[in-house]
Amino acid sequence: MINKLAMNSFSGDQSFKFILLSSAAFILMLVAGIVITLYYYSSLSLSTFGLEFITGSTWDPVSGEYGILPFLIGTLLTSIIALVISFPLSLIITIFIGEYFTTGMPNTLMRGAVELLAGIPSIIYGFWGLFVLVPIVREFQILFDIAPYGVGIFTSAIVLAIMIIPYSASIGYEVIGLVPKELKEAAYSLGATRYEVIKNVTLSYSGSGITAGVLLSFGRALGETMAVTMVIGNSNLLPGSIFGPGNTMASLIANEFTEAANELYLSALFETGLILFIVTAVINILGKIIIKKFVSGTK
Amino acid sequence: MKHILLIIIVSFFVFSCGHKSEHPESEEKTQQEEIEIIGAGATFPYPLYSKMFSSYHGLTEVKINYQAIGSGGGIRQMLSKTVDFGATDAFMNAEELAKADNSIVHIPTCLGAVVISYNLPGKPNLKLSPEIIADIFLGKITKWTNKKIRGLNPDVDFPNQRIIVVHRSDGSGTSFIFSDYLSKVSSEWKQSVGRGKSLNWPVGLGGKGNQGVAGQIQQLPGSIGYFELIYASSNDMPVASILNKSGNFISPGIESVSFAANVVLPADTRVSVTDTDAPEGYPLSSFTWLILYKDLKTNVKSRRKAEELVNMIWWMIHRGQKYAEPLHYAPLPNEAVMISERILRSLKYDGKVILSK
Repeated sequence: MINKLAMNSFSGDQSFKFILLSSAAFILMLVAGIVITLYYYSSLSLSTFGLEFITGSTWDPVSGEYGILPFLIGTLLTSIIALVISFPLSLIITIFIGEYFTTGMPNTLMRGAVELLAGIPSIIYGFWGLFVLVPIVREFQILFDIAPYGVGIFTSAIVLAIMIIPYSASIGYEVIGLVPKELKEAAYSLGATRYEVIKNVTLSYSGSGITAGVLLSFGRALGETMAVTMVIGNSNLLPGSIFGPGNTMASLIANEFTEAANELYLSALFETGLILFIVTAVINILGKIIIKKFVSGTK
Repeated sequence: MKHILLIIIVSFFVFSCGHKSEHPESEEKTQQEEIEIIGAGATFPYPLYSKMFSSYHGLTEVKINYQAIGSGGGIRQMLSKTVDFGATDAFMNAEELAKADNSIVHIPTCLGAVVISYNLPGKPNLKLSPEIIADIFLGKITKWTNKKIRGLNPDVDFPNQRIIVVHRSDGSGTSFIFSDYLSKVSSEWKQSVGRGKSLNWPVGLGGKGNQGVAGQIQQLPGSIGYFELIYASSNDMPVASILNKSGNFISPGIESVSFAANVVLPADTRVSVTDTDAPEGYPLSSFTWLILYKDLKTNVKSRRKAEELVNMIWWMIHRGQKYAEPLHYAPLPNEAVMISERILRSLKYDGKVILSK
């Protein structure tokens, strides 16, 4: 009887371990597979253009000249501006939900709203941007005598900022909830005000978690396609100003992939995908390093 | 913890079960639906094709599965032989044809037109010359009050606004027709931009799809752009009359588009009718084609299926033409139908002629 039980738990353990291992291996294989595919299909473009692919600013499918500098800049600009706009907002939401209203109606409402924002399909953000935000931006551009396109890098950064708020905010308030009560109570007993507790205890304790959320949202902004395509203006030239039209790598691929009949053209689009992948990976790794430093710094 | 374990186990079961049951199903499918014809390609004639295919299905029970993935995708799928027929807005060039394992034929199905539309107060119907159009899209004319524009349209009260060019951001046959036209009428355009489905636009904003461009123009005062004919009437937008080769200002419409094809057609129908010689023809018109392998054994599984496919196309260029006009496509002129008949009769399966008629 005892023997049987032991056998059972042994084989259960074994099979559980097997499932875990194979799932982990599957994820690794998937990532490796994506990298290999991207590299394989972009080899023609890699060998034809070399580094010029990144430094070149002309994207001309007619003459077969491909340089993605305008799209690289467009991707980074929109994402960074979006991050700058969304960071204070998501931090405020984080503190609101995580510190001030941890229960009750306001909490439920805010949580619900943030989660709803995350669930809205990106095409709807695009529509909203095009029909609501663009005319407003255009009014401002007329006011300041800038070419009144309405669409452009700044407009898409605003749309992106709203789209990524839930990613950083929801991780933010989960992390804030993990701050030990004892720490906060200790600070209060020393006579700290609520603001001081939030500033010195809560935020510094959960800093790395909040940063991780921000980085996740940045990654999301880098790869967003549909909403950006609809409001960025899709101009394949180097952006003249942040209020002018531009384009991003993801949007370029989505726009031109269907009609890319020629081999070099297709390969150039694959290389664009490869570079987008690398940019995202680099930012993720950088983020991990920053978090590590941050954590060891507070210790 | 228990939950996670449960989820993992259940998902594995679902995954593996799903895998097993997929196989016999897909085998059944291929046996049952032997005469499901698969095509892929151009989005431009898609509304017409879907109407034609559903009517044809009602008549003959032959099922046609057409995927509007774009002309480039259609050509790619034809070259890799994963579809029975392709469809394209720009005929395959010599380089593309050389990539195919076997010779490919083009069969025109209808004509479409690209219109130039704009956002100006009062929605006037402008007259534009090829030179003005090229200069606007090259970024050389930047204001609506430009002398050349006012010279052709003395009755129109132009606002003192800058011109904002709107073009397609996605690769498209519409852009090809437009740039093909400009390459014919402007040597500067031909040198600096050229013809293609995706272009290196010197100025302007990109909108995704015809509707994207039309929407952009409706929103932006002073903007100008191009899209397919049907979008002008469905959005109630003004269109320009364009000066053609013979010196007439022609407004786009089903008749003037059909007239554009009243020129001598080559035996393989691979011809661009933009900037047409026909005196009453609208200069921004173009055929759209289906593409097939000359010997259908190259990509079609059975002779029976090949017969059904050829019969279907025969129907499309004859009776099927009646569906074109209500959807704002111009039907094929007689000469184009006759040449297409000749091409269809020449098609073979494993070396044997398909049509006995």
